[in-house]
Amino acid sequence: MTATVVTITSGKGGVGKTTATANLAAALATEGQKVVCIDADIGLRNLDVILGLENRIVYDLVDVIEGRCRLRQAMIRDKRLPELYLIPAAQTRDKSAVSPSDMVRLCNELRPEVDWILLDSPAGIERGFRNAIAPADIVLVVTNPEVSAVRDADRIIGLIEAEEKGPARLIINRLKPEMVRRGDMLDIDDVLELLAVELIGVVPDDEQVVVSANRGLPVAMDGNNQAGKAFKNIARRLLGHKVPFMDLEANKGFFDRLARFFRTTGE
Amino acid sequence: MTLPKVEIKGIRDGLLVTVGEASWETQREALLAYLDEQSDFLQGARLALSIGNQPLRPVQLGRLRDEISERGLTLWAVLSDSPKTQETAQNLGLATRISRPLPERRIARLDTRLESGEQTMLVKRTLRSGYRLENTGHIVVIGDVNPGAEIIAGGHVIVWGRLRGMVHAGAQGDEEAMVCALELFPTQLRIASQVITTLHRRRGKAVPSCAQIVDGAIVIRDWDAH
Ligand SMILES: Nc1ncnc2c1ncn2[C@@H]1O[C@H](COP(=O)(O)OP(=O)(O)O)[C@@H](O)[C@H]1O
Ligand SMILES: [Mg+2]
Repeated sequence: MTATVVTITSGKGGVGKTTATANLAAALATEGQKVVCIDADIGLRNLDVILGLENRIVYDLVDVIEGRCRLRQAMIRDKRLPELYLIPAAQTRDKSAVSPSDMVRLCNELRPEVDWILLDSPAGIERGFRNAIAPADIVLVVTNPEVSAVRDADRIIGLIEAEEKGPARLIINRLKPEMVRRGDMLDIDDVLELLAVELIGVVPDDEQVVVSANRGLPVAMDGNNQAGKAFKNIARRLLGHKVPFMDLEANKGFFDRLARFFRTTGE
Repeated sequence: MTLPKVEIKGIRDGLLVTVGEASWETQREALLAYLDEQSDFLQGARLALSIGNQPLRPVQLGRLRDEISERGLTLWAVLSDSPKTQETAQNLGLATRISRPLPERRIARLDTRLESGEQTMLVKRTLRSGYRLENTGHIVVIGDVNPGAEIIAGGHVIVWGRLRGMVHAGAQGDEEAMVCALELFPTQLRIASQVITTLHRRRGKAVPSCAQIVDGAIVIRDWDAH
């Protein structure tokens, strides 16, 4: 096995990086992949909470890096799926406890063991972000269809290009079809026109995300709902499948064109 | 009474001006005298000001900023050990530190400088938010200029793409300078000392447009009109 390292980042906080990391990890693991997710948001850990693994933390990322435990010991296995692991962030340290080269080393040690390493990046463009993208093979940028989130995504995409980690792929999270229809929210075309990167998924705003997160059960593991389905689609696209975009009825123009695209390419 | 010492040095983002300790009024007087004395050298410069411990209120700093801009210069940062002054500066939209965590990825200047400002910089890429392009001559961009990106040229600015960031042509006072773009919707557009803000995007097809100063004000016309 040689893992692909996927970093999930955004610039702006609160757009859904952690949610996306947890759900993509769960969705990939459901597809039979061996997945480790790493919470690189040192000092503000919460991937463990979303995954419902908080009470099982013994060692964390900084413990591994500073040699207080072996890598294996810090990997918490999620018992609900065959091969899903979490390396939690340290809560009581700050981002300077880890360097970009530490992250590269850690991921290189993990690569032979698993299929996917998902890295949940902190918000911002500083040390934590650099740590998270240093080992990346693929960078997914999460944004919301709002002007400020898109502006930050644009900045981050520029930095990713500068670090030669691009081209980034885009997840538009929390789309509200109703608001787009009323013209109160940026639509997918507006976002893509500005950012000019490849879209890998659109996740609707879905209150089930919050309900599930509170229960420590990512939506992608939790029955049938729109958001969970969207994350599963993204996971399948990462695996190289051609999965048509869901029709959220949000953006007729965009989906019509996609439909045409899929028709002409024979899907 | 002797005025405090004023020192100046080049930094990545313009010039850093340090004014020695004294009362605020004296510091201010020393600084303005220095700026007037050095006006030829300073032309259009962006200044970061380091003023020690002085706690400044918004009226004081605001006034200084205006006095600096009357001299055709831009105050963009104030470095102070006083939390009060830092707060004031932030409220006025000024930076309070100059070493940024990530180096600004400024696209390198051509190293041959022409006195006349006729030198042109050609950039072929999308300028995303956070990029800043500066040239004493003209700037031509083949690509989009996104909101949050900045272009500052001594001469004309031509964008073969969508221009939605901040653009300043004729930044050293040239009123003949033009800004042209296939889609001209900058967040702010300046020519010499004239400014216009957000050109709202009309729905429908954008036409190539060109901005220039006519009778003392910036006007925007279709690119092919002349
Ligand atoms: N698609 C969605 N629908 C509804 N709520 C969402 C969605 N995605 C994220 N959220 C909520 O938004 C908040 C921020 O998400 P989070 O993943 O923690 O963001 P980040 O990690 O980028 O700071 C959380 O309360 C989360 O439950
Ligand atoms: Mg998070």
